[in-house]
Amino acid sequence: MHVLSPEDARLVDGLRAGDEAAFAALMREYGAGMLRVAQMFVSSRTDAEEVVQDAWIGVLRGIGRFEGRSSLKTWLYRIVANTAKTRGVREARSVPFSALAAEREGEHAVDPDRFIGSGERFPGHWGVPPQAWAPEPELLETETLDVIERAIQQLPPAQRAVITMRDVQGFTAEEVRNALDLSETNQRVLLHRARSKVRNALEEYMG
Amino acid sequence: MRLDRELACNEMVELVTAYIENALEPVDRERFEEHLVFCDGCDRYLDQMRATIVATGRIDRGRLPADLEERLLEAFRGWRAS
Repeated sequence: MHVLSPEDARLVDGLRAGDEAAFAALMREYGAGMLRVAQMFVSSRTDAEEVVQDAWIGVLRGIGRFEGRSSLKTWLYRIVANTAKTRGVREARSVPFSALAAEREGEHAVDPDRFIGSGERFPGHWGVPPQAWAPEPELLETETLDVIERAIQQLPPAQRAVITMRDVQGFTAEEVRNALDLSETNQRVLLHRARSKVRNALEEYMG
Repeated sequence: MRLDRELACNEMVELVTAYIENALEPVDRERFEEHLVFCDGCDRYLDQMRATIVATGRIDRGRLPADLEERLLEAFRGWRAS
């Protein structure tokens, strides 16, 4: 089955023909996402950049054999992930995700102190409800996006991996489950923890 | 997922992702939505989670560092010449 978009198919053809404009376009379309994938496996920025560089060499060598059975993005990200692993730069940070999924016990999406206590009239209801945020344009300003970036960097590895793939890179729940070997529930719980923390970081920033 | 009684806000906030991902049973989905009708706090919370997802989708603003782009272009030219 071929799943290439017409745009991706055009870029692949261009790359095969040695067209530098096609290469530059591919790099600009997928390069930042590839760098982010690399950073999921290695801790230093320098290592991640080297992984991306090696991965692109792998892409150039492999493009002739690329058959479009997966989307171009999936194929590129797989090459980056494999490059990171074969370089042996995998380290403690990339412990098995399924094992880490159990870390969630005792985590709360919202600080429990913000809800009314059990001895009172509306237990579990908002004591300190969320305040209104600025309208969307402000939410998408560079400074706000940097707050999100930092919040994601501070997440435990499994949560960071899931929110990166789902919400930053736009993979489906099923693709993430397969890539990270997670159950449906664990995928969702990790995503929920991660999103909740990013929302909390935004709330703190907006407040 | 199956819930067995009226939802409190501190339960709502734990179900937001299941709700957005359409993973709640129909009866629970209804219960979740009923709570939203009378609870401004949870309604706002849900909106903020959705806004968070939208904003998170924008953090990859594209360009690689210029020096990395340059190294990649050089690698490409080397490959083309080989």
